[in-house]
Amino acid sequence: MPKKSFRQAINEALAMEMRRDPTVILMGEDVAGGMGAAGEDDAWGGPLGVTKGLMPEFGRDRILDTPISESAFIGAAAGAAATGLRPVAELMFVDFLGVCLDQIYNQAGKFRYMFGGKAVTPLVVRTMYGAGFRAASQHSQCLYPVFTHMPGLKVVIPSSAYEAKGLLTQAIRDDDPVIFFEHKVMYDDEEEVPDEAYTIPFGEANLTREGDDVTIVAIGRMVQFANQVADKLEGEGIGCTVVDPRTTSPLDEETIIECVEETGRLVIVDEASPRCNIATDISALVSEQAFSALKAPIRMVTPPHTPVPFAAELEDLYIPSPERIEEAVRSVMGAQA
Amino acid sequence: MSGAAIQAITMPKWGLAMEEGKVSAWMAEEGAAIAGGDEILEIETTKITNVFESPVAGVLRRRVVGEGETVPVGALIGVAAGADTPDAEIEAFITDFQANFVVEASDAAAAPEPEMITVAGRQLSHLVMGPEDAPPVILVHGFGGDTESWLFTQPVLAEDHRVFALDLPGHGRSEKTGAALDVAGMAALLADYLDAVAGSAAHIVGHSLGGAIALKLALDQPAKVKRLTLLSPAGLGAEVNIDYIDGFVQAERRKEIKTLLQQLVADPSLVSRDMVDKVQKYKRLDGTTAALRALAEAVFPGGRQALVMKDKLAELSVPVQIVWGSDDAIVPPSHGDGLPASVTLHRFDKVGHLPHMEASGDVNRLIAG
Repeated sequence: MPKKSFRQAINEALAMEMRRDPTVILMGEDVAGGMGAAGEDDAWGGPLGVTKGLMPEFGRDRILDTPISESAFIGAAAGAAATGLRPVAELMFVDFLGVCLDQIYNQAGKFRYMFGGKAVTPLVVRTMYGAGFRAASQHSQCLYPVFTHMPGLKVVIPSSAYEAKGLLTQAIRDDDPVIFFEHKVMYDDEEEVPDEAYTIPFGEANLTREGDDVTIVAIGRMVQFANQVADKLEGEGIGCTVVDPRTTSPLDEETIIECVEETGRLVIVDEASPRCNIATDISALVSEQAFSALKAPIRMVTPPHTPVPFAAELEDLYIPSPERIEEAVRSVMGAQA
Repeated sequence: MSGAAIQAITMPKWGLAMEEGKVSAWMAEEGAAIAGGDEILEIETTKITNVFESPVAGVLRRRVVGEGETVPVGALIGVAAGADTPDAEIEAFITDFQANFVVEASDAAAAPEPEMITVAGRQLSHLVMGPEDAPPVILVHGFGGDTESWLFTQPVLAEDHRVFALDLPGHGRSEKTGAALDVAGMAALLADYLDAVAGSAAHIVGHSLGGAIALKLALDQPAKVKRLTLLSPAGLGAEVNIDYIDGFVQAERRKEIKTLLQQLVADPSLVSRDMVDKVQKYKRLDGTTAALRALAEAVFPGGRQALVMKDKLAELSVPVQIVWGSDDAIVPPSHGDGLPASVTLHRFDKVGHLPHMEASGDVNRLIAG
């Protein structure tokens, strides 16, 4: 099976769904590049080249470069979704949600409910998140907990190229608004990705490792760090189950609880700011539903509660590292006596 | 065994994707006499755990790899020699082997890859191994299987056969579109495939539904079939575990899939995480569920096998052997009762519906023999 990058996997999912369904359209800042200007057509394909090559195939009618006005084009996408299209809008950095939040959470996210189930809103908002790109505090945040908090939205955070293609295909075919998070340092990560179209259903966690001693729940990019730690510790006889929830809304609570009941120990790794993030949410879930299974206190591995630093050395320290995950796993193992 | 040369026992390569294996348990002690074919250890791969049969004879002098250790394909896992070979020579052999052992970074260039082929207008995927001029063997998987069903079979047979494994329509990487074929339609397609690749009559090995397809081909076009090996075959009785079939068609979640796959084998611990993962990835492909549902309706309408050919077995003039696990929970082993004398039946205890995986050494010998 061919190896493809996270970037290619997303591009392929978009292209295949656009071929399959003429109502799928793309819109966003520089998703092609050069619209209405004298310069090169399809100059950008998005700031990191994810949508490059789509405009030449599908044309300007379906690949829409928008002005730098998120409130306008995200609102337009929500309206298009409510009136028969399947728009995929690109919110370049999730950090910009402040200027288009009403359109997402109080409009698109509520249509199904406000119109008695008669309206569907098949909107996908693709957006970049995460630190490690030397992009400073206004372009590096992990704001998926904000959307997870808001009923009416589905929140998807793929952890690899295979996952990205299947989850994005599902997102486009889904009849509800979906916020699709892409970690900006993962675009060159490669793995085997089928050429065929496939979907990964929402609300089913993936177990990327299985072990008997510790459950590590990790979100997005953190899944690969958790896998590294699990592989390392397996050699020392510490077995880790790594749970990738894939979607934080809906959340596969059942799998998380089951894994904790099997291992009795839980470490949660979340790159989002530590207050009211996915780690605190899952910690509360497990405390409520599986407290008696716990052999050690739950450990959360998160960044500190501070804006993402611009200084490279500080940014590297900010991001949860495999070393910190390993330390947390060892600490829950040591607490068993 | 006096004077026997020092021989290396190395990590085998089972299946295209295998790069390393874990010694999960040793079944022979150091100092024990072992014969070629003796089960000496269990190896866990990402796909499945399998018993490893000694490729050499002698005294097992060293277990180089301990239980629980993972090493690359080709690495030294044990050493056999004569009982009187001095320890120093054994140690020197190990030192020398380890010093010269190089992990093949990627033998992808050498390893055969599945390819697409057009047969009777259908896009099929197939995997071909073995010398071009060797006698042809065609492997036909069962419902929900694919070429990888033969990961313990194809590479071994390919040492002295030209071995073709295909993905039936709706399976593996073959096309998922088009109306489902019934057993007769699949047999006709198999005949076309055989004409396209083999160029002469072949030994057909079919598992489960693939067994029924192989048998139908032998009955309809006997000139194309040189020998027939049927593993836990459909086509010999009306009953089939339709709950399994329906479950497999519908299953999406990994837990459902794992529970289903565990019904296939006598020892449920054989079903690895990666095996579940692979089936789940296949089930997610566009068109898979619809193709499997249509196939199930075509071959098992009303939950019963539509085509029962037991009374026709005696008509066959080619050698026919049937292999059945006594714990088969999918196709009743009783379908192997009362076979005509011309058919050889081999039953295996503590084996379920996948004898070619659960008892691969024995089954490979029967196929090759």
